Amino acid sequence: MRLPVASIQSPQSYEATIACPGCDLVQRLPPIPPGGRARCSRCGEVLASRTRDPFDRPLALALAGLIMLVVANTSPLMSLSAVGRHADTTILGGALMMWTQGQPLTAALVAFCTAIAPAAYLTLMCAVLIAVRRPPAPAWAGQLLRLAEHSQVWSLPEVMLLGILVALVKIADLATVEAGIGLYSTGALLVLLAALAVTFDHQATWQRVSWAAQRQPKGSAACTPEPSDGTGAR
Amino acid sequence: MTSRPLSAARRGLVCCRDCGLLSRAASPHEPGFCPRCGAKLHFRHPNAVQQTWALVVAAAICFIPANALPVMVSNALGSSTPDTILGGVHFLYESGSWPLALIVLVASFMIPLGKLMALVWLLVAIQRGVRGGESQRMRLHRLVHLIGPWSMLDVFVATFTVALVQLSPLMSVEPGPGVLFFAAVVVLTMLAAESLDPRLLWDRNGVDSPRA
Repeated sequence: MRLPVASIQSPQSYEATIACPGCDLVQRLPPIPPGGRARCSRCGEVLASRTRDPFDRPLALALAGLIMLVVANTSPLMSLSAVGRHADTTILGGALMMWTQGQPLTAALVAFCTAIAPAAYLTLMCAVLIAVRRPPAPAWAGQLLRLAEHSQVWSLPEVMLLGILVALVKIADLATVEAGIGLYSTGALLVLLAALAVTFDHQATWQRVSWAAQRQPKGSAACTPEPSDGTGAR
Repeated sequence: MTSRPLSAARRGLVCCRDCGLLSRAASPHEPGFCPRCGAKLHFRHPNAVQQTWALVVAAAICFIPANALPVMVSNALGSSTPDTILGGVHFLYESGSWPLALIVLVASFMIPLGKLMALVWLLVAIQRGVRGGESQRMRLHRLVHLIGPWSMLDVFVATFTVALVQLSPLMSVEPGPGVLFFAAVVVLTMLAAESLDPRLLWDRNGVDSPRA
């Protein structure tokens, strides 16, 4: 079956004319200097941001984040000692304990938001950023990027860190608790994730991915040129 | 700003939600697939309002047992104490750490409740086609997205308290049934915020989305 494929709306300016994902206003993107960003002139949504080094820097940060994630997941988060007894836990150990205590669904959710989703996000980002180093990247890089952005929504290490700190304070009254390497590496992971989000350039990455519908050449006659009465992004 | 803002849908254009490419829809009924990334295109999220209502109602129902049932049960020397979310806030306040009590109160009680009310407000505004104040509603929509995950806080507090305090028979903490409902509230409100298409906030009388 032949799938209906939408056509690009203007061969020359298909990358400069966009619709705001927040309010659907059609507008032209002005040239953005490195380090700048364009916002929608109606609703203020960020439309595009240009970063100075859109491929190498995020790749370095994603690789560092992946290493930090392994450290954070394998070393103890915190340990507790009371009347000569000692206990410690890791991130997945916490989820496992929840599972054995009769809360398998909650355990699965915790494991997903603290370990699986961040791991998927960082691994996929590494794969995408390696693939786009030599443009044009194969179309699967785009599929991976889409998956990465979906897993990013459910990756919540920052909420987990605050949750652990609250738990530490709650327990501190009952026993002696000590923060472990896992806790500090989770903190470092948060910094790396934030830096990755800031340095990653969504548009520049997509521009290097080859098109899924190869039958749509960039100058196809089916395209209708865009009249230039659109608003400019500010 | 322009005096005649035109949405992409009105011009027969559609913006890909995955890669951001603006393309001309294959037909007014069926936009087709994105030529760059191959994703299925929609002028607006299909059934966004219905889907969001369903998720909001489900989350509101789960919010009641989430607060009424204990999230943790602490056992110490033979006696067990159930601990609800608001009980945990009270405990933190009593033990002198009121900043933490405030964080937990805001994250676990006020954010989920505020999110539900904000989503209902946005849904009613979309359905009644309220004019004016779109920017404020857009800001509210963004805020709901931004703070949503933070209400997961208490799920993590319960998990790591349970994981660490396992010194039976001296002292142990078990998860209560409330934690599952609480996690459900968070997941359902996050899904509801995802499914509510913000472009609907700017559409007028269905003119901008003729095929919605």
